[in-house]
Amino acid sequence: MLSKRIIPCLDVREGRTTKGIRFENNVDIGDPVEMARLYYEAGADELVFYDITASHEKRNIMIDVVRRVAETIFIPFSVGGGIREVDDMRNVLLAGAEKVSVNSAAVKNHEIISQGAEIFGSQCIVLGMDVKYVGKSVKIPSGYEIVINGGRKYMGIDALKWAVEAQKLGAGEICLNSIDADGTQDGYELKLTSLISENVSIPVIASGGAGKPEHLCEVLTKGKADAALIASMVHYGTYTVSEIKTYLDSYGVKVRKSW
Amino acid sequence: MIAIIDYDAGNLASVERAVSYLGFECIVTNNIKTIDSSERIIFPGVGAAGAAMDSLKRLKLDSVIKQAVVDGKPMLGICLGTQIIMEYSEENETPCFKIIDGFVKAFPPDIKSKDGNRLKIPHMGWNSLENIKKHPVLSDLHEDDEFYFVHGYYPHPNDSEHILGTTDYGISFASIIGFNNIIATQFHPEKSGRPGLSLLKNFCTWNYR
Repeated sequence: MLSKRIIPCLDVREGRTTKGIRFENNVDIGDPVEMARLYYEAGADELVFYDITASHEKRNIMIDVVRRVAETIFIPFSVGGGIREVDDMRNVLLAGAEKVSVNSAAVKNHEIISQGAEIFGSQCIVLGMDVKYVGKSVKIPSGYEIVINGGRKYMGIDALKWAVEAQKLGAGEICLNSIDADGTQDGYELKLTSLISENVSIPVIASGGAGKPEHLCEVLTKGKADAALIASMVHYGTYTVSEIKTYLDSYGVKVRKSW
Repeated sequence: MIAIIDYDAGNLASVERAVSYLGFECIVTNNIKTIDSSERIIFPGVGAAGAAMDSLKRLKLDSVIKQAVVDGKPMLGICLGTQIIMEYSEENETPCFKIIDGFVKAFPPDIKSKDGNRLKIPHMGWNSLENIKKHPVLSDLHEDDEFYFVHGYYPHPNDSEHILGTTDYGISFASIIGFNNIIATQFHPEKSGRPGLSLLKNFCTWNYR
């Protein structure tokens, strides 16, 4: 049977891994290639890299990181952040990423999903969604609204509607980030995660809020997520991937135990 | 030299990187002479069966691959490469190589796990192998090893002798197939960490004859 995936997430700015809370106060926490190697050896099932480099001119630094990661680890990894057009997708895929994740650009221009899926295949295209709870309304029936620019700009789009639409356009997977939970380490947004996961047929990666192994257990069972993104809880050595998997295994969650 | 067949089907660099990392010489190529003179062949691929068969025919690679099979050259199929060596694929209703008798089928849309949960299509992620047959390329596998899959279709050989391993995803399907000098995996060994690399390494040193 398919295992639930545990996916460390690395935010990369100008070639260095950083970590902030709610997209702010970022601190340097290491070399992304070296961290990728350590997580690969520690049993991570996949990795996610977000390029949060502000300047478009410095994006080649990320391509070089992607290339070096691809030479170092032999598990899938995706790259997102600043993907605006099909050429950006091509650059990271050719550099060796298995998947490319598109977020704000897809909200503004839906075509990028269908174009990417047609050229590279749906399995390559991950839709990243940043979501905030705003309360149910006529415009936002699910109560969850799509936000962009690190949670600063409300788009007036219902998260559930957008997830279903993106699947139709050809997204192969959804990485669902709760802005409310992100960086808090208080647990994933379970309601949001199960709502989206039950209404799409593509895999959903839960993101935002992981602080303890219990949180992963909840989101992979009650939250119906197919995979869980983790960051702080492993970046600072609080837990290892292996410890998290042992915990999940003891609660009957199927995980990959041999690597 | 190992020839990694290039037929415009996805990013083949990951296979090349893994084989090079293991210390074997390889080349990503669609040159018939290079493939002909290679010691062994890796036939990878990501994408759709219809477009892949069109490219293979256009590049005149279908006959060189079939010849390699007859010649007894070790060949490893990966993912779409594995599906294309079958007779026919339901994907785009595509006639394929017919190196192994049988069809490529789509996972049923309403597929469920044993405990009744709806399963998502494509089958994407890490899964294990069962019913593994004795084979030099598979000799280092451990019971707990898992491999990375991404696919919505699976091979279904007519002859169970051609099934070298199975995987459970609502149904039990053939995840490793082969006979004689051919071995082919539905999963991606190049993306499957240590067990995947060990399978690749065993293929690169497999002395079929």
